[in-house]
Amino acid sequence: MSLASFLKSRLIPAELDQHINRIRKPIGSLGYDPWGYNNEAMKYGFALTKQLYEKYFRVEAHGVENIPAEGPVLIIGNHSGQLPLDGILVGYALAARQENPRIPRAMIERFFPTVPWLGNLLNEVGAVLGDPVNCAKMLANDEAVIVFPEGVRGSGKLYHDRYELKRFGNGFMHLAMKYKAPIVPVGVVGCEETIPAIANIKPLAKALGIPYAPVAMPVVLPAKVHLNFGAPMHFDDLEIPEEQVTERVEKVKAEINRLIDKGLSERKRLF
Amino acid sequence: MTNQRRPHILVTGAAGALAKRVINQLRDHCDLVAVDFREQVYLGDDIPSYCIDFNKRVFEDLFRRYKFDGVIHLGRIQSSQLTRMRRYNANVLGTQKLLDLSHKYGIKRVVVLSTFHVYGAVAYNPALIDESAPLKSAGLSADLVDSVELENLANIYLWRYPQLNITILRPCNIVGPGVRNTISSLLASGRAPVLAGFSPMMQFIHIDDMADAIVLAYRKPARGVFNVAPQDWIAYQHALKLCGCKRIQIPSVPPIVPRLILRTLNLRSFPSYLMAFFKYPVVIDGRAFAREFEFQPKRSLKEIFRFYRENKHPV
Repeated sequence: MSLASFLKSRLIPAELDQHINRIRKPIGSLGYDPWGYNNEAMKYGFALTKQLYEKYFRVEAHGVENIPAEGPVLIIGNHSGQLPLDGILVGYALAARQENPRIPRAMIERFFPTVPWLGNLLNEVGAVLGDPVNCAKMLANDEAVIVFPEGVRGSGKLYHDRYELKRFGNGFMHLAMKYKAPIVPVGVVGCEETIPAIANIKPLAKALGIPYAPVAMPVVLPAKVHLNFGAPMHFDDLEIPEEQVTERVEKVKAEINRLIDKGLSERKRLF
Repeated sequence: MTNQRRPHILVTGAAGALAKRVINQLRDHCDLVAVDFREQVYLGDDIPSYCIDFNKRVFEDLFRRYKFDGVIHLGRIQSSQLTRMRRYNANVLGTQKLLDLSHKYGIKRVVVLSTFHVYGAVAYNPALIDESAPLKSAGLSADLVDSVELENLANIYLWRYPQLNITILRPCNIVGPGVRNTISSLLASGRAPVLAGFSPMMQFIHIDDMADAIVLAYRKPARGVFNVAPQDWIAYQHALKLCGCKRIQIPSVPPIVPRLILRTLNLRSFPSYLMAFFKYPVVIDGRAFAREFEFQPKRSLKEIFRFYRENKHPV
């Protein structure tokens, strides 16, 4: 037995292996899709995230069954916590559900593909460069796509701004309308407490070419995370002025705010 | 009863493995004339073959003598060949001459072979790039300017002279027996350089499939620009592994380091101006071509890699 297959047998139980194989992804003959997703790498990512999801963050997810079993769908949430942990946890919640599991794709910052190893690793587990063309092609491919319309504005916010939604981009709404994809809002509560940041050193971030340089503890705290998925929201694809698109975005934003408040009221304590 | 005239076709770049395959497919039904910028090749007694610079006056004599119906322009000098100046002359000025003559002598069908390199490799490339995407390569590397210029020229003629029926093909990496481009020599080598931490998605098409695609494109006069790529993808480092290559890791950050290393070593097999293509993916969408010409590649990636694994240094 080679080292790779020995490690695989230890890290990936047969049940998990079957679970991922059951979710059929449109991949090529060697296990890749055009965005770099790889079924085998996904199994390792899934096994690792399982531990994080169940043991470390003890996630409580409600309403994950609201995500349709097939067809294009946009999962829109609030971004928080310096690292894209929220995307990973939302993705796991959907991939691990017993009925009709799906492997969603997360849109990531443009900065990640330039980072050696990390960029490729994220691609292999399904994350994709956050480009509107990518999102459009994936919706056309009937994928479930996770988008945080706040982008770095959301993940880089400081602790005293926690659970305050920043400005949403309108791009996701245009795509949802064009591809007739329902929007499933999700409120993430808990990720803000995983890496509380008290300041952002902008000159350092600029010098390093990274989106932000937080002053925070160099550890990820084991906060308890609550995910609340809302009911799917449908929007027609009429040609409407940008103002009305913004109104629709505000509707989604309001729904996410409601789901965040629900999560905050459910929460008994931080950890 | 009149004998139907067989189509007369000019094929450029005849010394290349791809052109030879295209010629072999067409020779039974067409009267072919082969030309190459670099060398004269023997293709049998029935096919006249010339070594001509397109920019010389004698090139026009071929058009007068053979009365061509179509041109298949495969003679793009690759970025790894010749100097930048000579390549520019051959690819841009030579192609212009070829298209001018095609127009002058009333040619009805032109197929131009380009490359996916024209899209340029940058970190922000989306996957499944389609034909409407901008050609960013010219801004990224002076060594790829002539490829982009060739395409732009062909595009100008495509719209200005619709009667030429120009089709431009942008294939992904062409590999297989006899191919002498950069990626093929890397897959065929025992040890191949990689940039540490980067393994971009790549697409490969077998040379025989590409020859099929060119012949299909020639037979159906559908004007336009088309990507040619199979619906299959693999990461570069994984492809090397499947070809039985040892990977030599070159430090990749900050970007100046690999550029300095590659320039100093001046590796022909891993040129510094193609560095970005080994760092960031350029995944093209070949579905429009497949639909329009009912094209389906027959050779799988596994078959391609098996060939390289079993034939190290095939050329």
